[in-house]
Amino acid sequence: MPEYSLNVNGKIRKVNVEEDTPLLWVLRDTLGLTGTKYSCGEGICGSCTVHINGKAERSCVLTIKDVAGDKITTIEGLAENPDHPIFKTWIDLEVSQCGYCQPGQIMTLAALMNENPNITKKEVKENMNTVLCRCATYARIDKAIDKLVEEGK
Amino acid sequence: MKKQSRREFIKVFTMSGTGLFLAAYTPMNGFFKPGDDPKIFSPSVYLKIDNNGIVTIIVHRSELGQGVRTSLPMLVAEELEVEWENIRVEQADGHPKYGNQTTGGSQSIRKSYEPFRVAGATAREMLIAAAAIKWGVDVKKCYAEKGYIVNKSNGKKLSYGELVDEASKLPVPENVLLKDPEDFQIIGKRIHRTDTPDKIYGKAKFGIDLVIPGMYYAAVQRCPAIGGSAKSFNDSKTKSINGVVDVVKISRGIAVIANSTWSSFKGKDALVVDWDLGPNANVNSEIIRKNLESKLNEEGSDIEIIGKPNSDFSNNINIEAVYEVPFLAHAPMEPMTCIAEVKNGKAELWAPSQNPQGLRSDVAKALGFNEDDVIVHVVFAGGAFGRKLVSEYGIEAAEISKASGKIIKLTWTREDDMKHGVFRPASMHKLKGAVDGNGNPVLFGHHVIAESISAQRFYRALPVKDSDLGEGTKKLSYKIPNIKISGSIVPTHVPVSWYRSVYHTQNPFAVESFLDEMAFAANKDPYEFRKKMLPDNSRLKAVLIKAAEKSGWYNKLEAGKGRGIACAECYESYIAQVAEVTVINNKVKVDKVTCVIDCGIVINPDSVEAQLEGAIGFALSYVLKSKITIENGGVAESNFDEYEILTLNEMPKVEIEIMKNTYKVGGVGETGIAALAPAVCNAIFAASGKRIRRLPVELS
Repeated sequence: MPEYSLNVNGKIRKVNVEEDTPLLWVLRDTLGLTGTKYSCGEGICGSCTVHINGKAERSCVLTIKDVAGDKITTIEGLAENPDHPIFKTWIDLEVSQCGYCQPGQIMTLAALMNENPNITKKEVKENMNTVLCRCATYARIDKAIDKLVEEGK
Repeated sequence: MKKQSRREFIKVFTMSGTGLFLAAYTPMNGFFKPGDDPKIFSPSVYLKIDNNGIVTIIVHRSELGQGVRTSLPMLVAEELEVEWENIRVEQADGHPKYGNQTTGGSQSIRKSYEPFRVAGATAREMLIAAAAIKWGVDVKKCYAEKGYIVNKSNGKKLSYGELVDEASKLPVPENVLLKDPEDFQIIGKRIHRTDTPDKIYGKAKFGIDLVIPGMYYAAVQRCPAIGGSAKSFNDSKTKSINGVVDVVKISRGIAVIANSTWSSFKGKDALVVDWDLGPNANVNSEIIRKNLESKLNEEGSDIEIIGKPNSDFSNNINIEAVYEVPFLAHAPMEPMTCIAEVKNGKAELWAPSQNPQGLRSDVAKALGFNEDDVIVHVVFAGGAFGRKLVSEYGIEAAEISKASGKIIKLTWTREDDMKHGVFRPASMHKLKGAVDGNGNPVLFGHHVIAESISAQRFYRALPVKDSDLGEGTKKLSYKIPNIKISGSIVPTHVPVSWYRSVYHTQNPFAVESFLDEMAFAANKDPYEFRKKMLPDNSRLKAVLIKAAEKSGWYNKLEAGKGRGIACAECYESYIAQVAEVTVINNKVKVDKVTCVIDCGIVINPDSVEAQLEGAIGFALSYVLKSKITIENGGVAESNFDEYEILTLNEMPKVEIEIMKNTYKVGGVGETGIAALAPAVCNAIFAASGKRIRRLPVELS
């Protein structure tokens, strides 16, 4: 099996996996970073969202070959700063229910707000519309977005 | 004082005034085990205190996102007089010693409100008694406060940890005094969830995340037609895939074992299986629908008769309508998963189960083991909604482990869950109503036509009257002089199971939509029509009135917008919802839902609100979008692109009010579902004049 060198959460990790292995399963099974979740496997739901060079991407439809050499951040990387305003807002508003999709929600939002500090609520919500939550915590995600976008200004 | 034997311990509680806790009060660790370090005082299976003063509350229900790992500990902490910050929470394994552990039927709080408070109060009283002995004073001179017993006469304090030894030697009091709700410090407060931070930091381990040392990964290929089986299979391609280590046949299909999830998925896809598609290979949704339809002109078997519904009502305004709903998948975001280690006649499982006792006995049965030789550990569930009540995924995992001799984590793909899961039954509903010349209802008839979950899963021979078909339509609060609720059970090969709110997802849709039709036939306002039918002391009437007020029921809306109302009793709670919708070019947008609940005493109001918001969104998925179709004996849909669920921008604004009272604790998680579909569909009628009698909504 080929060896790949990955830059995950600021650390270089060497992994030996087949070249068609989705990044999601490398993170989860090989590196033990299980905060990135499997749900649809087809890039539909967003539970597996990570940052590739700062952009929100769905790790279930990226192969290891696609990301070798890229800067990868997972929810564990973002959580190295537990005081990140998104985490604080998520806890304050008690957004999470089962919690399974929340890392994907948070990673998507963090990338959007980081990429464009002047992003509008509407733009954020249009982008977040494809991150699914079966508990339908959407009412509170909506409130959290409003609060964070307002505070970001 | 002598240490109590287990038998005496049970007797004390049987004799006590609150003697319903027998099952729950067999001591878990023994009482106090000399030599253990730290020493543990455990007067209940739900609670232990060590000699460092650490209070651990054992939660016996499953955390599915409803907040049970917070709300159950709140009950103990309240009575124990311990500061919330000093509480630890532990998840119980599946075992009968905990009493019923099924996390369904919105019963976790309803059924635990008293036992968990009694557990806390019992420990408190015993710690007080222990302090009194140490100080040589009367117990009346001592009280509990913030993890200490305080001596009233001199203000001296002993911490709970310091009292563990002494308290462990004491007999369990026969009666304990519970706090007056007026004195509650924790119950009724907005307490933050204990599990949220780890979950959002990506640290919490859900079932699918867990790793056991030495574990392999497994995936299963199952027959595309439900009820079929494998005639033969060729695994040569599978075995050539890097990482695949074994292929085994199990009762439901062919399992591939690999050293990663991805290899197991690839190996499963590479299997070439010759399926015997079985007896259902030609069944499709249209055939199933025709089977249901064939009962429409029959009366069905009586479920409930009030007055004389078979009399002649021809002098009244008579209306009839047929409602129908499809099969639905639960589709929790975490697909089915289970770790199993089967070795030397014993099985150990780790599963995000809603029903660990059921899983334990089902796995024991499937493997031919004693139940005592099966251990089920409960892990966080990434959503459940009823899907994780059944055991088939755990049986598969156990069979794979047994056949391969390996510890395996079975992961279902999303497609596996969509196609091979269990489903909310499809149903048809024939409604009949009559209103007199003054616009008063004189007849209500509802014939429910569906597969019965309890019949398919357990009791095919039970009469319709005793089946579950009547849930959510019998015992209506409305005073209508003549009522006939009847049912026809129509068996289907599609496996059906409990869904969030079960038959309340379909029966109140038919009932409350049709009551709207009756109101219009009577030329009455649908809110006033309902209100007039409800007795003055009715809790349902109170929430209905409050919802109408809060929503501004009589305020004018612009063209294209409409408001609909519905109410229901569900799991000992009462709910009324008013939906506001916009219908433009046959597209429905739900703008706002006003929701009023009476669920008796409230433990954590924030969790109640969260559950109601979630229930509204969950129900809106099946009102607007979701549907399972049967083709060639199997499920046609395979992923979220075909089985669509609600998205962020489709979520309405939600306004919630919780009635304040001290009635018995009612259910919440499912109650929010019951009135939503009819409220939205009645609003669509108000906005567009189009009556929705079939879900999901399709306007043309």
